[in-house]
Amino acid sequence: MALQDVCKWQSPDTQGPSPHLPRAGGWAVPRGCDPQTFLQIHGPRLAHGTTTLAFRFRHGVIAAADTRSSCGSYVACPASCKVIPVHQHLLGTTSGTSADCATWYRVLQRELRLRELREGQLPSVASAAKLLSAMMSQYRGLDLCVATALCGWDRSGPELFYVYSDGTRLQGDIFSVGSGSPYAYGVLDRGYRYDMSTQEAYALARCAVAHATHRDAYSGGSVDLFHVRESGWEHVSRSDACVLYVELQKLLEPEPEEDASHAHPEPATAHRAAEDRELSVGSGEVTPGDSRMPAGTETV
Amino acid sequence: MDVCTFEKVGIRGTNIVVLGVEKKSVAKLQDERTVRKICALDDHVCMAFAVLTIFIGLTADARVVINRARVECQSHKLTVEGPVTVEYITRFIATLKQKYTQSNGRRPFGISALIVGFDDDGISRLYQTDPSGTYHAWKANAIGRSAKTVREFLEKNYTEDAIASDSEAIKLAIKALLEVVQSGGKNIELAIIRRNQPLKMFSAKEVELYVTEIEKEKEEAEKKKSKKSV
Repeated sequence: MALQDVCKWQSPDTQGPSPHLPRAGGWAVPRGCDPQTFLQIHGPRLAHGTTTLAFRFRHGVIAAADTRSSCGSYVACPASCKVIPVHQHLLGTTSGTSADCATWYRVLQRELRLRELREGQLPSVASAAKLLSAMMSQYRGLDLCVATALCGWDRSGPELFYVYSDGTRLQGDIFSVGSGSPYAYGVLDRGYRYDMSTQEAYALARCAVAHATHRDAYSGGSVDLFHVRESGWEHVSRSDACVLYVELQKLLEPEPEEDASHAHPEPATAHRAAEDRELSVGSGEVTPGDSRMPAGTETV
Repeated sequence: MDVCTFEKVGIRGTNIVVLGVEKKSVAKLQDERTVRKICALDDHVCMAFAVLTIFIGLTADARVVINRARVECQSHKLTVEGPVTVEYITRFIATLKQKYTQSNGRRPFGISALIVGFDDDGISRLYQTDPSGTYHAWKANAIGRSAKTVREFLEKNYTEDAIASDSEAIKLAIKALLEVVQSGGKNIELAIIRRNQPLKMFSAKEVELYVTEIEKEKEEAEKKKSKKSV
């Protein structure tokens, strides 16, 4: 177009992602510095720790997470929600910087809603994951930290994608993200089967997060459990992590005898009452030993 | 102004989509293959365009639109990890055409297009766009000089049986073109897309085969009629 070329004017691209986000790479830094180095030297130190997990099975996708928001060694919020709904059939577990996760999920909601209106149908989970990773990869090197698992049910059934803020996008059956993920993976890998029943899946998810909160200092609070079915997502439960862990330990014990069941509640109350992590860890270790010994002597 | 353009026909079958165009007779020294009126936009979508005025230069307009559409098909795959639906790419082409009707210093694209293809859900689609930027979905359509005659023929003969089998759909397209094309099968170019298969252009021989089959069927129908009347 003649006039446009002469004036060197570009029409705004209305099809691209939100025009209200800062231009990728645009960061107000002092003259002479480039954004990446400036951030490395002077940028805010954003600490992040959490345990989130998601796995896909016959009856849908389970998403579970702890609820502790930590900032270094300070617990900012003991009851935050780390599983964010995107639309009726899509959830995302969030890990990394809470602010980044919240913002990018709002952007993703906007993009998906716009596409739904234009196309007449919601994009698939694969498309949503691709969109998110493409949008975030433009901000690579600028200390964005969003590690999320998108759980949804679309035309091809239950789907699970892991997306990281450097642009990684992986499809899989089990993902656990966060500082507590190694502990969760141990439990998940042991108990996962595609053909689980719904109740078995709930138990597995709760067990995995509870064990992770037990060992990881940055995870704790409660355990949130979500289930994405064909009809949409539902919030199954929120249970206290410590209570859950104790109940799980009880299940492990062989045929609790009278003595054993008496011996058990005292250390358990001490466990619950203890604010200090170290004390609770100590009593947790002692309890199984205590209750097992009398049971052993009984049978012998 | 004389609307001088060659006939294009598009048919949407159950398992197949057919595009037929009337070939311009080329000069002796010209290489036929460079005069292409049917183009693939992606593996599962193709487009045929008709030029709407007497100026020859507007085949160039089509080239620009086709190029933009091809780029958009691939960009869509890149951003959203899935092939375009026929409706999406039609909407893109229509939006592009509309932009050019509403900007200063630009003139509208002088082409009408028939866009056919299969969606992910396996359903065939046929869309028509015009220079103003509107688009509509069709079961069977024709654009060009004698579009009205061909459309009337299609309205009479487009039945569920006619499109149920692939060869019947192809024959319907050829029959529709033969209504208006002089000198028979030599001047017909045909392309089909079957579900989950890429675009297939028919060679002149294959078109001839179908034309002879159609002529045979016609003769037999004539014979039956004359027998009955006797």
